[in-house]
Amino acid sequence: MRDIVVKIEGLTVSYGKTVALENVSLNVKEGEYLGIIGPNGGGKSTLLKCILGLITPQRGSVEVFGQNPVKHKTVIGYVPQFAAMDKGFPISVLEVVLTGRLKPGLSPFFKYSEEDKNIALELLKKVGIAELANRRISELSGGEFQKMLIARALAQNPKILLLDEPTASVDPSSREQIYSLLSVLNKEMTIILVTHDLLAISSHVGKLACLNGRLVYHGEPQLNEEIANNLYGCPVDLIAHGVPHRVLKDHDGGEGC
Amino acid sequence: MIDAIFQYKFLQNALIAGIFASIVCGVIGVIIVEKRLVMMSGGIAHTSYGGVGFGYLLNFEPIIGAFIFSVIAALGIGYIKRKGGTRSDVVIGLFWSVGMALGIVFISLMPGYPPELDSYLFGNILSVTSSDLKLIAIFTIIVLLVIIILFNDWKAYLFDDEFSTIIGLKTAFMEYLLLILIAMTVVALIRVVGIILVIALLSAPAAISGLFTSKLKNQMILSVILGCIFCILGLWLSYLTDISSGAAIVILSGFAYLVAYAVKRLLSLKLNRA
Repeated sequence: MRDIVVKIEGLTVSYGKTVALENVSLNVKEGEYLGIIGPNGGGKSTLLKCILGLITPQRGSVEVFGQNPVKHKTVIGYVPQFAAMDKGFPISVLEVVLTGRLKPGLSPFFKYSEEDKNIALELLKKVGIAELANRRISELSGGEFQKMLIARALAQNPKILLLDEPTASVDPSSREQIYSLLSVLNKEMTIILVTHDLLAISSHVGKLACLNGRLVYHGEPQLNEEIANNLYGCPVDLIAHGVPHRVLKDHDGGEGC
Repeated sequence: MIDAIFQYKFLQNALIAGIFASIVCGVIGVIIVEKRLVMMSGGIAHTSYGGVGFGYLLNFEPIIGAFIFSVIAALGIGYIKRKGGTRSDVVIGLFWSVGMALGIVFISLMPGYPPELDSYLFGNILSVTSSDLKLIAIFTIIVLLVIIILFNDWKAYLFDDEFSTIIGLKTAFMEYLLLILIAMTVVALIRVVGIILVIALLSAPAAISGLFTSKLKNQMILSVILGCIFCILGLWLSYLTDISSGAAIVILSGFAYLVAYAVKRLLSLKLNRA
């Protein structure tokens, strides 16, 4: 029996009058590879922020390794959406990855050690962009930027890796590289992945959670029409790629969509 | 002019003030430009005018009043922005003009019109006194030390404050600390370029060096050097032609940015064609 690393119970979060998450209960076990899908505004980012301890829920609780996530800063590695990042900032790839080695709190006169630098370089090799270490971040492609953010999260030496849409606006080959990297990483750590990418859900993820304010589905990565309807109110969205695949088993077109 | 510098105390003061101002300006300016805080700094600077008026009214050193008001503005804007709800540009705009309005009210409440009031608005580096110089030097050293001592934390915070919060950096504390450093910078610069012109000296050297450097530290160093050049050239121009020193420094900075921008554009066009 594997341990539960993230335990979410009766979680409710609202912004003013808008309810983002309602009574969500979800457990993530050690070594799991959980994919979270859902429409925009379905509360995916809010859930991530609760796990990270950035939002205090109105009701319910989140425990990471049995403790309040605020106390557990370093066990979770976070990979944000790169679209929201400042790409013009004067900083090199290596420097960004090194920030993952910073100590919590304020560290006066802190200097990165040789060990920190070696770890950062090693991680850049692991994600496949070692040759870009001294490049300014404004010169990176979307895929390279995303790999750098994964390396930064790994520099914390996390037990859980949280990724927010890691393949949004990334070219197809980088996308494949990122997923195969995640599969390798999954051997060492728990992965929680928020995505719109349904092809990835079917072929990579071990468990699936569908979020639309409520937790609509949690289980094996196979969707049926009822869940899809609950989730998006429109099953057509699910096969927008035009490629039939096993995420949605039977599909006879949504009515009124 | 070189002879005059050795001869006249006021020119020596002006030169030293200009160099200190360039140092604090170069370092904080880069942060303001890269963290997109230029307008917030404008708000903090203009609010300080209320403090200048307050000082005149209650008969204490106006620059102390300016410091108190700009710190209140910095913390107020920072707090409201953090709590969300109201859009921060609205809050900045309100602080900006309400601060100015308070200054006008305080000054109209006192008998007569203080003759050196203009120097707070437009700066007069040639009238910097030894006690002004002391204040500028102390503020510069404090700001510089705080940035250098926590440099790696600052770099992480400035690049990505959300990630920094997640790995446990004290980002709320750092944000308020940064705003207070900006307030101190503004006060140190008031005697040199004045409340209204402060934004150009904060942003132009930092933005120019941003065009030609790729590391935060180098950008700060180049920005300090450029600031020194603008201050000294501006001082020289003002000494020669008898125009206001603050205006001379600011026009030089703005013009230099335009030239630098054009040069950079031409260079990248050439590169693209090659």
